[in-house]
Amino acid sequence: MEYEAVIGLEVHAQLLTETKIFCGCSTKFGAEPNTNVCPVCLGMPGVLPVVNRKVVDFAIKLAIATNCSIASVSRFARKNYFYPDLPKGYQISQYKLPIAENGWIDVEVGGNVRRIRIRRIHMEEDAGKLIHDEHQPMSYVDFNRAGVPLLEIVSEPDIRTPEEAALYLKALRDIVVYLGICDGNMEEGSFRCDANVSLRPIGSRELGVKTELKNMNSFRNVQRALEFEIRRQRALLERGERITQETRLWDAAKGVTIGMRAKEEEHDYRYFPDPDLVPIVIDKAWIEKMRKTIPELPNEKRRRFAEEYGLPEKDIEILISDRSLADYFEETVRYFNNPKMVSNWILSELLRELNRSNCSPSNCPVSPQNLAQLLELIDNGTISGKIAKTVFEEMYSSGKKASDIVKERGLKQVADEGLLEQIIEEVIRSHPTEVERYCRGEVKLMGFFVGQIMKRTQGKANPKLVNEILSNKLKNSQQG
Amino acid sequence: MKEGKISLEEVKHIAKLARLRLSENEEELMTHQLNNILLYMEKLNELDTSNIEPMHHAVEQVNVMRDDKLKPSLSSEKALSNAPQQNGVFFVVPKVL
Amino acid sequence: MTEEITQWSIIETRRRLAKKEINAIELVETYLKRINSLNPSLNAFITVCEELALKEARYYVDHPDKLVEKPLGGVPIAIKDCLCTEGIRTTCGSKILESFVPPYNATVVEKLLQAGAIIIGKTNMDEFAMGSSTEHSYFGPARNPWDTSRVPGGSSGGSAVAVAACLCPGAIGTDTGGSIRQPAAFCGIVGMKPTYGRVSRYGLIAFASSLDQAGPMARNVQDTALLLQVISGYDPKDTTSILKEVPPYCEEMKKPVRNLRLGIPKEYFAKGIDSSIEEAIRQALRVYENLGARIVDISLPHTEYGVAAYYIIAPAEASSNLARYDGVKYGFRAEIPSPDLIHMYLETRSRGFGSEVKRRIMLGTYALSSGYYDAYYHKASQVRNLIRKDFEEAFLTCDAIIAPVTPVAPFLIGEKLDDPLSMYLSDVYTLPASLAGIPGVSVPCGFSPEGLPIGMQILGNYFQEDLLLRLAYIFEQETGLSPKYPSI
Repeated sequence: MEYEAVIGLEVHAQLLTETKIFCGCSTKFGAEPNTNVCPVCLGMPGVLPVVNRKVVDFAIKLAIATNCSIASVSRFARKNYFYPDLPKGYQISQYKLPIAENGWIDVEVGGNVRRIRIRRIHMEEDAGKLIHDEHQPMSYVDFNRAGVPLLEIVSEPDIRTPEEAALYLKALRDIVVYLGICDGNMEEGSFRCDANVSLRPIGSRELGVKTELKNMNSFRNVQRALEFEIRRQRALLERGERITQETRLWDAAKGVTIGMRAKEEEHDYRYFPDPDLVPIVIDKAWIEKMRKTIPELPNEKRRRFAEEYGLPEKDIEILISDRSLADYFEETVRYFNNPKMVSNWILSELLRELNRSNCSPSNCPVSPQNLAQLLELIDNGTISGKIAKTVFEEMYSSGKKASDIVKERGLKQVADEGLLEQIIEEVIRSHPTEVERYCRGEVKLMGFFVGQIMKRTQGKANPKLVNEILSNKLKNSQQG
Repeated sequence: MKEGKISLEEVKHIAKLARLRLSENEEELMTHQLNNILLYMEKLNELDTSNIEPMHHAVEQVNVMRDDKLKPSLSSEKALSNAPQQNGVFFVVPKVL
Repeated sequence: MTEEITQWSIIETRRRLAKKEINAIELVETYLKRINSLNPSLNAFITVCEELALKEARYYVDHPDKLVEKPLGGVPIAIKDCLCTEGIRTTCGSKILESFVPPYNATVVEKLLQAGAIIIGKTNMDEFAMGSSTEHSYFGPARNPWDTSRVPGGSSGGSAVAVAACLCPGAIGTDTGGSIRQPAAFCGIVGMKPTYGRVSRYGLIAFASSLDQAGPMARNVQDTALLLQVISGYDPKDTTSILKEVPPYCEEMKKPVRNLRLGIPKEYFAKGIDSSIEEAIRQALRVYENLGARIVDISLPHTEYGVAAYYIIAPAEASSNLARYDGVKYGFRAEIPSPDLIHMYLETRSRGFGSEVKRRIMLGTYALSSGYYDAYYHKASQVRNLIRKDFEEAFLTCDAIIAPVTPVAPFLIGEKLDDPLSMYLSDVYTLPASLAGIPGVSVPCGFSPEGLPIGMQILGNYFQEDLLLRLAYIFEQETGLSPKYPSI
């Protein structure tokens, strides 16, 4: 029997707010344990939560960007369970009235557009961190993360392949990063993904028994874990065995999913509206205000870059992978209208330097305007492309303008025809053997002559002129 | 156990959910008392509430929020000061078995 | 002399302090002496803040200008032990918080300190405010100063006893289903539950978050008004508190009551009410009539469902609010033979909580659990709305409602301990106002043939505390029924 996979993803995106969702403690990652805590996020007796407005702003932005309908009235609810990293014995989340529902994201899979529907987006607080002692039967609790704001984005089970899952996840990641609401870092856990997977015979509309996969901390691991789990489930079904509904952990090192010990009791979270928090009412004005802050999103940008700049797909993917890089590109093109040349320089020279110095395009020491000026100098023949690379390196390290570097170091191209002619004649004269071989048809010796000329001009000779004059002279000596 | 609103088994289950250990005597007494109380609660079913909104807050108020501004946190010393077990850095708990 | 000083009202105490007839240290020492001699038998206080109170008193002796400028400068006030006090242990009447010392003040406490009050001690209460008798305290029952074999009511029993027995001139209690009004009535003092949202809940250890409200308890109406004035107001730390101006209660209360319409709900005089209580309330109505108020008969048809709705909603919220007491961050943790988390949870919570708290956690967990949510919690929340609508309707035809506080007089200690349901049913007259969130005040209105105090309840529409104080004040002026002092 042929099976198809039915996959739904639950994503938790940690929000880039200064402070936690219900108190004024910092959300900064990496502080000393239990220092970003206060009575509220420690769940001390008598304290009360107060919602951070920015969390709601961010949720509305994501809802707009993922085509969701935004609830006019939404409510926080308590999810009750005991765990040492959960200070209040309940997590403040949303249940019956989430902030957004019924959206979608389009992803391109093998040239076709697949629409993955989003069931709901809700706001909630993160739990603390539990560290297990290797040697003693003890665990240690750090509450710094308790109360860090999260958006949970739950997809419909519309995903059919691991590849689609990875593409959806990447598209969602690009959106949250573009919106500036999450840094999208899967390794550090600020963008986390759990997956529900089941198999069913192709053509069937019923859902099979699903397993929940956790602990996948990269796009690649999500894809690998799903591939493994689908194989595992298929093998079981083909042997006529049944799938157990359970949570399974991905072990990246072994490349397998491992079932967690079946829990003794099933969950009963006893959700109910949190009496400490009043409802959130979102009107049109609020939504419009947020809509205005939404930048062009990756899918639109992709389309526009193709139409407006005629760039190849490969260039576009890299440029739009980072909103500030795309902005850098467009800004440069504004000053120097040769998109392909700008793209080439950004993808090679600029990215290399940025990566080397671990710097973001928005903090690049070479401004788009300065890069444009450099390209202009190449284009008008002031300097050669080769010299330009040296100039660029110096621009990057010193922050100076291209024209200043060219002037200071006398890098201006020799474009004086008389002078060039003189130099070229000298070169021809001093290499009679090579001239003779060239005349007999060894045309590749052209490069040798150019090299000699560049050597005498310290690389500053205008290559176009050199080529022109040189081939004329050589032609003459052939005839003569 | 006689038929009632809540069985001894349910009492055991609820106690587990609530992380309460009840002795056998307590379980029986609890079942008896909860049954009395829950039987009394039956009263509510005399009322037709099909078109009534549930009331979750005494006073209608919405959208009370704060700005995303940092406030001082506690020192870890103060945060840990009431802990039954701590090591100066972390709260310490028995391992989850 | 000691007796006389401790019988002074807050206003009187302030006057004497300002005139330097007594200084704050002498005042605090006088109270401490009385507390030391009477508290062992009354058990009104869980913690007496001897050192801190004297230190504060010293400050006001050294800074007489501060004493004069602050509305409660130098006045000893007792605080119910469910309100967090920075650096002073706050137990909530429970073993599980026996040694908890909050690193923060409740907003109510902060406001009292700002106003110059001196915290004299933390008062006894039913564990986590769950009870109507203060018998469910880990620290033993408090006793009614009018008859020490009887309960003082609860859960703010300790505060009521402290005020009634002149261990302090005023106190703060909290009221979730009647916990200020009922002990005030049982102890013959004035107690007000403000509108939900009038007073910040920040730092009030939650029992049932949608119902809890702190309020003043004192021996006369004017002191009650003054305390209310100090603790009321919007607090950005409590988003259920309301941004609404606090009227000058002490002035408002002196306005006349002529032409006010007073509603008498027939459901509050149903079978089961003690005849001496009913008679005392009828007497009070004649007083108002003589003052030019009009008495109108009203109906609050869903009154009889209040107990059922309340005893689902409050325990449901409580089951969640009390989940944080798990032996991890603060409070009691049970010693266990082998390190196992689940075992630690079970032992800590089973030994840390008393039987009434466990019963309500069980009830609330059940009411929220899968399969029962709609039948219990959801249904009760709908009925709560019906009860609110009853009041909404009633206030179309009357300005305030006059009712008894309790159907029965203070009962004997131990009398109702084995029958939780009958204890719950005694809250029948205070629960509806709590569910609706409207304000209510309990004022002394006489004594039973056995010499036990009887209270009258005045209920008003949202944020009508000023009107309630007016009605209470004129009644007090007219009848001279408060203050009265038990002979101990």
